[in-house]
Amino acid sequence: MTVTAKAPPAADERLSKPRLLDQLVVRPEIGAMLGALLVFLFFSVVTEQFLSLGGAATWLDDASMLGIMAVAVALLMIGGEFDLSAGVMTASTALVTALLATQLGLNVWLALLVSLAFALAVGALNGWLVMRTGLPSFIVTLGSFLALQGLNLGVTRLVTGSVQVSGMRETVGYESAGFLFASTFQIGGQSFYVSIIWWVLFTVIASTVLVRTKFGNWIFAIGGAAQSSRAVGVPVVRSKILLFMTTAFAAWLVGSINILRYASVQANQGIGLEFQYIIAAVIGGCLLTGGFGSAVGAAIGALIFGMARQGIVYAGWNSDWFQLFLGVMLLAAVLVNNMLRRRAERVKR
Amino acid sequence: MTSLIEVENIGKTYGSVIALSDVSTVVNAGEVTCVLGDNGAGKSTLIKILAGVHQHDQGTFRVEGEEIRFSSPREALDHGIATVYQDLAVVPLMSVWRNFFLGSEPTTKFGFLDRRKGREITKKALSDMGIDLRDVEQPVGTLSGGERQCVAIARAVYFGAKVLILDEPTAALGVKQAGVVLKYVAQARDRGLGVVLITHNPHHAYPVGNRFLLLKRGRALGSYEKSEIDIGELTKQMAGGAELEALAHELRGVEA
Repeated sequence: MTVTAKAPPAADERLSKPRLLDQLVVRPEIGAMLGALLVFLFFSVVTEQFLSLGGAATWLDDASMLGIMAVAVALLMIGGEFDLSAGVMTASTALVTALLATQLGLNVWLALLVSLAFALAVGALNGWLVMRTGLPSFIVTLGSFLALQGLNLGVTRLVTGSVQVSGMRETVGYESAGFLFASTFQIGGQSFYVSIIWWVLFTVIASTVLVRTKFGNWIFAIGGAAQSSRAVGVPVVRSKILLFMTTAFAAWLVGSINILRYASVQANQGIGLEFQYIIAAVIGGCLLTGGFGSAVGAAIGALIFGMARQGIVYAGWNSDWFQLFLGVMLLAAVLVNNMLRRRAERVKR
Repeated sequence: MTSLIEVENIGKTYGSVIALSDVSTVVNAGEVTCVLGDNGAGKSTLIKILAGVHQHDQGTFRVEGEEIRFSSPREALDHGIATVYQDLAVVPLMSVWRNFFLGSEPTTKFGFLDRRKGREITKKALSDMGIDLRDVEQPVGTLSGGERQCVAIARAVYFGAKVLILDEPTAALGVKQAGVVLKYVAQARDRGLGVVLITHNPHHAYPVGNRFLLLKRGRALGSYEKSEIDIGELTKQMAGGAELEALAHELRGVEA
């Protein structure tokens, strides 16, 4: 046996080097990356502050609050479900923390823990109701969205006599909890909010779970074909409930960042944000029908949001234009996603 | 030798609807038991009981001699009974190897997916069954219907199934593809698995089957060993003998 050039292992001779386009097409986040690059370049050229450190700190912060939620919502959407209560949950968790700390004088850390337990319970209830009834999650979580909205306003007014809870600064543990959730760090003399780190961390963890673990494999499977997954032994109900709880956890994180940064919370906060999360996830390559998408993509979707929203401010335009931009962006993303899916699902008989 | 599966006078009702009543059959290792019947004959109900999706409410169900009642598909799987459903065999948007290992993923010692091992084993297991795929990273949705069934069959064989239940594996396929799938059914049988083949096409059942259970309106119309019946009689029993000649051409070539 002569030693000639060893064939690379596992490479099939029928596979020519995959075309770059074909390789890219299986990455769900590729459209979002291109979009983000375009938006970045556009505002960098059109405005002066956008590319500065101060500008970056602003749009990164905007993107981070949205991004934490968008990533969690993306996992849920890949798992085949929606959560319309996600936006209001960010207010509910902040309200629970604030009411416990200001009205009952609870230590902020303890208040945060109770509020986390509350969030996880609501998430579990959402998931359990969806799985138990077999109804679309869209309608079930629309119900919990309205219920939470009512609770937020009703309870707040009942306890404080207004629709706002403030006075967090005087509570015990505000400083130390604030350090974890709402402090800033310096880069080049510019302070950045710590929420940006939370966003990056959450994205990295979510993405690792999704692509590199058993549970991640199950998320794709239950979103793509729940019955088939059940037939091969995937715990569909438990996995979906866990995903609802993940979204609720993210809402708790964002709510905690909010309350500790601004020290007060409006009872009607968060309404309408749930659609922004879904839009960011879709821009990031998630299919509305589940089974396909990316956590990194959703984070990039949120980045596009943040850059466009702040870029429009820097450019001195009316913020009305943001909605137009959003609509066009969403349509473009859905069209691209649809094309990608058809490529992936193309059946040869 | 005890049979892998033995059902005796088994029955199932959904409310006031009697979906299945008084049906008996056996599945032995290295043999194919075919369940034939038209739509609504109770084929699906029977296999759903065997697969652990539903529970029977009459009769006895024995696995390797032991009376049993599964509460979930997972439990059936743990007893070595794997089911491949017609439309539900795979998740189309996921890659071949991720589908292959779905529910039994290989992990490294840190708990992460062992993707390299997953790809290699998938490729090997598929080629052992004679399925030669170019790329196990491609989405299953890009495979043909027959290839998808084959991936699902190879998966069941690899994970040590003793009994393989195939729900209409050839229903949506062209003649040639159906032949390919039946070849893998025969291969699984020759490896010593007990196979339950559900079909409404006697021309697909006869060449590979050892035993034929005919169902009609939830009841057993007859149960035959291969030696007791020929394909003409089988077809006549099933369809009433009318449009048989029109069907006859369909499977002549699959006997291999």
